[in-house]
Amino acid sequence: MYLVIFLIFGALCIAGAVNLLLQRHPINSALSLIVVMTSLAVLYLLLGAEFLAAAQVIVYSGAIMVLFTFVIMLLNAGEEERTHGSRAAYLVGFPGVAALLGLLTYIFLSVRTPLGNAQLGGDTLVTTADLSRVLFRDLLLPFEVTSVLILVAILGAVALARKES
Amino acid sequence: MSPLLIYLLLSIAKIIVVLVVLLMCVAYTVLLERKVVGRIQNRFGPSRVGPFGLLQPLADGLKLFLKEDIMPASVYRPLYILAPVIALACALLSIAVVPFGANIQYHYHGMGIDLFEISDLNIGLLVILGVTSIGVYGIALSGWASNNKYSLLGSLRSSAQMVSYELALGLSLIGVVLRAGSLRLRDIVDVQATHGILSWNVFGGFQIVAFFIYLISAYAETNRAPFDLVEAESELTGGYHTEYSSMKFAMFFMAEYANMITVGCVATLLFFGGWTSPFGNLLPAPHWIVIQALLPVFWFVIKVFFFVFLYIWVRGTTPRFRYDQLMGFGWKFLVPLAIANIIVASLIFAPR
Repeated sequence: MYLVIFLIFGALCIAGAVNLLLQRHPINSALSLIVVMTSLAVLYLLLGAEFLAAAQVIVYSGAIMVLFTFVIMLLNAGEEERTHGSRAAYLVGFPGVAALLGLLTYIFLSVRTPLGNAQLGGDTLVTTADLSRVLFRDLLLPFEVTSVLILVAILGAVALARKES
Repeated sequence: MSPLLIYLLLSIAKIIVVLVVLLMCVAYTVLLERKVVGRIQNRFGPSRVGPFGLLQPLADGLKLFLKEDIMPASVYRPLYILAPVIALACALLSIAVVPFGANIQYHYHGMGIDLFEISDLNIGLLVILGVTSIGVYGIALSGWASNNKYSLLGSLRSSAQMVSYELALGLSLIGVVLRAGSLRLRDIVDVQATHGILSWNVFGGFQIVAFFIYLISAYAETNRAPFDLVEAESELTGGYHTEYSSMKFAMFFMAEYANMITVGCVATLLFFGGWTSPFGNLLPAPHWIVIQALLPVFWFVIKVFFFVFLYIWVRGTTPRFRYDQLMGFGWKFLVPLAIANIIVASLIFAPR
């Protein structure tokens, strides 16, 4: 049953991602991205990461994507024209994507053993307590450095947005 | 029949019962609101259909069903139709993790079925927050898809308001989670169950400030007075649902009242001891097992009713905020207060 759910939401995730590229209206693209984010949350849930799944929905599908749709609605962005793009993108792009995909597949397959196997709906459940123990004790320094980084980004945005008086 | 099939059938039956009860509650909350606001404004409210107007929800529902479903010419059809569905689905979804009564399980071939809860999750509280944050899309998209100035303004106001107040709402709950040490709603109620009213989070857990922050932000989240700028009639004719009619309008209406009930349930669970009795163990436990099982549900319903009544009472008595006042209040007062509350709560709970 876990495999069926995985296949459904994996397919939904990919379909949403493809739809995101194909849609011509920005708001449809944004909605496809929400579908992608939410299906990812279900995949996390299948892997036993319940807190991560909830955080994915609250932070990404909720807060961040609301901001996206908000901006699209505020600017009232219309439909985009479909262009053919540059020839260079076709010539380099497709082989580049294929090469990247091949490389990633090769790396993941070759270091399969140290990465460990993920189990769908297995007995492993990463509880919120487990996650916070790792985040706030073992990996405290990287966590704090990341939060300072985000703070710097916010300060930068404020500095850019401030009116010159 | 195989045990799995019976488990499945019982679960579906449970979902249907909860859904029907919730929708009935929604219908009668509308009537309650019209009656109580009527009394506050010195008039009777609906009193013609049935005894004391008790059949009014039925008449309203029939009227909305039979009305013509007008599709304005210049709307963006897919999202115009999708928006009320999102709003109603999100409003009904969060009831799935709310426990209504004591933890009683019906055992059948080794599979326990909770009698008074649809699903018991470790992250129940986060699920409610997540569903609430998705619910914004119903209102945001309806305003945009309607292709109408008033609708768009209403939905822009709503998106900004809900995102801002979500922050204060989330922060106010941290004290409660700190006390219980769990995000599971049953655990949160269990720590409040020892001494009746004295051990409820709002009194014994020293979370009375958090309770008021939660209540205020929840009123803003559900777009109810005094934060109903989203559909301010005097400025926006009707806000985000100006272009909607018939059942689509009814879906927004039902979503709003279902959200009110959910907020009442969450406030009860987190701050008022859920299904536990306010007298603690002072009253003797009833002997008959059915009464023993239903008494917690009774307390739960009473508390939720109180919160729904409070919603209506506040609506009948307070004027609407101005938009800058609303934003200033949320960001400059509630968020700092919630952060201060977290620090105080951590200091209180750290020595335990």
